[in-house]
Amino acid sequence: MFGYYLELAMRSMKRNRVLTALMVVAVALGIGSCMTTLTVLHVLSGDPMPGKSQNLYTPQIDPRAMDGYVEDGPMLDQVTWIDGMNLLRSKRGEHQALMTGGAMTVQPSDGSIDPFYANSRYTTADFFPMFAIPLLYGRAWNASDDEARTRVAVISSELNDKLFHGEDSTGKSIRIHGTDMRIVGVIGDWRPTPHFYDLNMGDFANTEDVFVPLSVARELLLPRSGSIDCWGPGGSAEESLEKASCVWLQFWVQLDSPAKAAEYRQFLLHYVQEQKALGRFERPARVELFNVMQWMDYKQVVPGDVKLQTLLAMGFFLVCLVNTVGLMLAKFMRRSVEVGVRRALGASRRAVFAQLLTEAGIIGLMGGLLGLMLAMAGLVLVRAQPAQYASLAHLDMEMLVLTMVLAIVATVLAGVLPAWRACQIAPALQLKTQ
Amino acid sequence: MLKMSHLAKVYRTEVVETYALRDFNINVKEGEFVAVTGPSGSGKTTFLTIAGLLETFTGGEYHLDGVEVSKLDDNARSRIRNEKIGFIFQAFNLIPDLNVFDNVEVPLRYRGMKAAERKQRIMDALERVGLASRAKHYPAELSGGQQQRVAIARALAGSPRLLLADEPTGNLDTQMARGVMELLEEIHREGATIVMVTHDPELAARAQRNVHVIDGQVVDLAEDPRFHAASHLADTAS
Repeated sequence: MFGYYLELAMRSMKRNRVLTALMVVAVALGIGSCMTTLTVLHVLSGDPMPGKSQNLYTPQIDPRAMDGYVEDGPMLDQVTWIDGMNLLRSKRGEHQALMTGGAMTVQPSDGSIDPFYANSRYTTADFFPMFAIPLLYGRAWNASDDEARTRVAVISSELNDKLFHGEDSTGKSIRIHGTDMRIVGVIGDWRPTPHFYDLNMGDFANTEDVFVPLSVARELLLPRSGSIDCWGPGGSAEESLEKASCVWLQFWVQLDSPAKAAEYRQFLLHYVQEQKALGRFERPARVELFNVMQWMDYKQVVPGDVKLQTLLAMGFFLVCLVNTVGLMLAKFMRRSVEVGVRRALGASRRAVFAQLLTEAGIIGLMGGLLGLMLAMAGLVLVRAQPAQYASLAHLDMEMLVLTMVLAIVATVLAGVLPAWRACQIAPALQLKTQ
Repeated sequence: MLKMSHLAKVYRTEVVETYALRDFNINVKEGEFVAVTGPSGSGKTTFLTIAGLLETFTGGEYHLDGVEVSKLDDNARSRIRNEKIGFIFQAFNLIPDLNVFDNVEVPLRYRGMKAAERKQRIMDALERVGLASRAKHYPAELSGGQQQRVAIARALAGSPRLLLADEPTGNLDTQMARGVMELLEEIHREGATIVMVTHDPELAARAQRNVHVIDGQVVDLAEDPRFHAASHLADTAS
């Protein structure tokens, strides 16, 4: 029967072209606006490490002096060199990495291209396996390279394309801030969004182009970028940051079960108490441990205006649907004689209901397709905005499917009342009044 | 074939109860051609819509082809309508944006019949009413008589056991009405059971049996005082 209902729906839509067009446009406008904002929200609030994010944690401890202490006040987002190294060396997680961002000049060692600035990340060996970073060529460096301060680098595929035309560049050298470093690996397609492991670089910053061991970066005093927060006497001179009372490093640890996370929290608490006993920490012992998605929530990565726009767009979609209900009601009730005839000739209420809902579904499908085009146009406008996340606003397969499903389901639901009303028509009355 | 006993149909509002049918009794046997006559508002059409399971009734019993229909749900009533009853309406009630072929096909579609069988039945029915050559025409392209013939073909295509006709010639001129009536008589001769509602005494006279309805009840014209009063007045006037 579905084929027959489809045939009838097409006939009916052809017969009432203007009314059909109005409904399709109403659905399309609602879907278009809704999917534009939902896509932006989806991109911004997506899981940057699907399947792994629940096992990746960043700790918060508070090494500051008592000055300015507020009970339950905000903690620090980063760690000091001393705490970072202590946590790193404790090796309590499956993997752990200490890191900071930087920006430095890069040039092929043969000088074939003029030097240019590239964003970089100074980190430790576990960074690569912990974040499951795919490697196009070569390998990551290892812990002994960290210890030995080996002059090695891992570069992004974009940088590899720029410097080596996409060929396997492992074993070749690049000059980083005046020092030649051997390329040991080239990263494949990897852009976690948001840039969760260091939000100081921008919530939606691009993945860095050059990765260098933290020990090497400190020895060469490679230019560092990001946030630094210091307290107490002493300065924040770049060359003595290891000893300064400053937080400037991010620390991430992989804990593969909730039990291990609970153990790690206990370990952190003991660590803080130990540091207090040593006189390094002054504030009451308090620790926090966030996994990736909790960290995104805590740092309110999704801009408030995006959430508001999404709510407004959903409200607009609802208004469009209410209009569609009205138009559909008018359309279906106008066909009450036809419904009466069909009922007299043997159509059950269920059959009439199914026939009219099929028509609603077709309108939803057409509205969805037009809405998809409007959403794509809307996303072009979003990408033209100066916001940092603008370039990320693309419709992926998941959102494309959601658009069509939402359009069809919402329109079919909008068709329920009109179809129900139409199939309640008393056929005898309709046929008598002819 | 069709038996109603003490049937009642009451329309209730908050302040008034209106009896469309009361203590309504009729028994139509298989193969009969019965004309139901009566003045406007007497309940003829209400009887026909109840007989065709388009409307429910308030009291009494109704057996159609041996089945007591008052307890049937909408699906079962629809199935009976589809398989056992053919309707012919005064206003033809063809669906304007379906051509003749597709109009006749409607009841067969709801029966879940295969396409080849549907086509065969449709063409047979159209042949029978003399409109096979108009299968691709739309209702608006046909005369009133032709439209009613299409409606009859639609009613016949499903091979129903009972044909219900509500003023089948009411919207037709005399010549077209005669043609339609001859067709109904022919269908009856071939064995169909027909119940026809009409207020036209000439048409009623062509049926096998007449049933007269006044004020929602079947009456015997020979004994009903209302009929005698009306006849007396008519005689006086003449």
